Amino acid sequence: MPKASPEEMQAMAKRWMDWFGSIAAQNKLSERGNRLVPGAGKVVRPNNVVTDGPYMEIKESIGGYAIVKANSVEEAAELAKGCPVFIYGGNVEVREVMAM
Amino acid sequence: MLLMEQSELIPHLFRTEYRKIVAVLCKLFGIEHIEIAEDIVSNTFLQASELWGVKGAPPNPAGWLYTAAKNKTRDYLKRNANFAQNISKEFTLRTTSTEEIDVDLSDKNISDSQLAMIFVTCHPCNPADAQIGLALNLLCGFGIDEIARAFLTNREVIYKRLQRAKEKLREERVRIEEPALNEIDNRMTSVLMTLYLLFNEGYYSASQDVTLRKELCLEAMRLTYMLTDHPATNKPEVNALLSLMCFHSSRFDARLGYHGETILYDEQDRDLWNQELITRGEYFLNLASQGNKLSKFHLEAAIAYWHTTKENSTEKWENILQLYNQLLIIEYSPMAALNRTYALSKAHGKEQAIVEAEKINLVGNHLYHCLLGELYNGVNNARALFHLQQALSLAQSAGDKAIISNKISQLNH
Repeated sequence: MPKASPEEMQAMAKRWMDWFGSIAAQNKLSERGNRLVPGAGKVVRPNNVVTDGPYMEIKESIGGYAIVKANSVEEAAELAKGCPVFIYGGNVEVREVMAM
Repeated sequence: MLLMEQSELIPHLFRTEYRKIVAVLCKLFGIEHIEIAEDIVSNTFLQASELWGVKGAPPNPAGWLYTAAKNKTRDYLKRNANFAQNISKEFTLRTTSTEEIDVDLSDKNISDSQLAMIFVTCHPCNPADAQIGLALNLLCGFGIDEIARAFLTNREVIYKRLQRAKEKLREERVRIEEPALNEIDNRMTSVLMTLYLLFNEGYYSASQDVTLRKELCLEAMRLTYMLTDHPATNKPEVNALLSLMCFHSSRFDARLGYHGETILYDEQDRDLWNQELITRGEYFLNLASQGNKLSKFHLEAAIAYWHTTKENSTEKWENILQLYNQLLIIEYSPMAALNRTYALSKAHGKEQAIVEAEKINLVGNHLYHCLLGELYNGVNNARALFHLQQALSLAQSAGDKAIISNKISQLNH
């Protein structure tokens, strides 16, 4: 991804906040979640083998997560439609959290 | 003070001194004996009005009241030896070995006692409306009738509510003391919430009594100011709350008509906005910008700050929108959801706001329909009319109904 200018970064941050704000205004935001820092990760395998993350090599990596309140996966998918990640060519995976 | 008429002097002193002496005596006696403290102070004022009515007021009326209250306390303790023994057991631990309990009415002890009482009246063991009632009664010297008028209910309801609340404090054995430093952060949230609700009670109340509503706001500000004045409680979020109150009250005169009816933001005479309060709000907002905690009061104060700027620039509404986004992420409330959508319409246009408004779906709330009425106005007037009619049928107060009817008639022109 090419480096964005400060203005572009600010505009992008605003889009993210508008998306979170829109979900929160429907009282459907459970947890805003966090962004994952791209790149610098480790993968721990059996027998104490620690390697740098595989995400370095493959194209897709998980950029972050958020937890929403919805009555169905369909409803959650509806909320995901406004996610700014699509602007970068990314996608959103919608999964159900099993409450422990 | 010298020019003050006799008839005004006692009510004035009652306002300023009653709560101080009550706080000191409550702290001295403990939570079990709040009523004794209140009785002693009431009797002191009764004696003052009888005596001063005949002889005229003494040269130092407040000092006279303090001395009289001290004497009455001493007499009470003499007559009730058991009570005296009970409270002196604890008390002697804290004082020198004098046999007689001395009531300390120094400025320092008054201030410490009032601070301790803020934490008692705002104790989370009581529901919010009881906390507000107690605060008005014990910290602000409001009588039961005044509190009843503020809550638009009768004195019986308030009397019972206060009795129950005091009983609850006794059951919970809440101690009247300044909370320890490590406790303050935990207890502060509930204290600030009560002061915030007390302010809102005055600011948004349906009561037509403008003077009383103003007084509620002023009392909430006075108590919040008291917290900023004490090093242990002078936290950034307290300053944020005080800032918010300053910004809001700067519009107090502009937003109320002659008969206590609400004048909407867009229609307010901006020259009536109180610049001095706006400046103070900015001062406290600066003080609030320390530390790393962003409370909902910070965000609300920042929103209120933007509302004090007169121009309707996109920058203004964009900032307000972002602040509402953050506020909603911290804590959802229907009001914040509605206001966010309004800000969105100002920043990004009505089309986008309508899509968002349809999603928030607060169909039972008259303000939701007011918002949609506003958004559809000029876009789809039939929809606008439908929502305003919904709003009219859901609105409770006469003031709200009048505003909505007015909007309907404007739409039809």
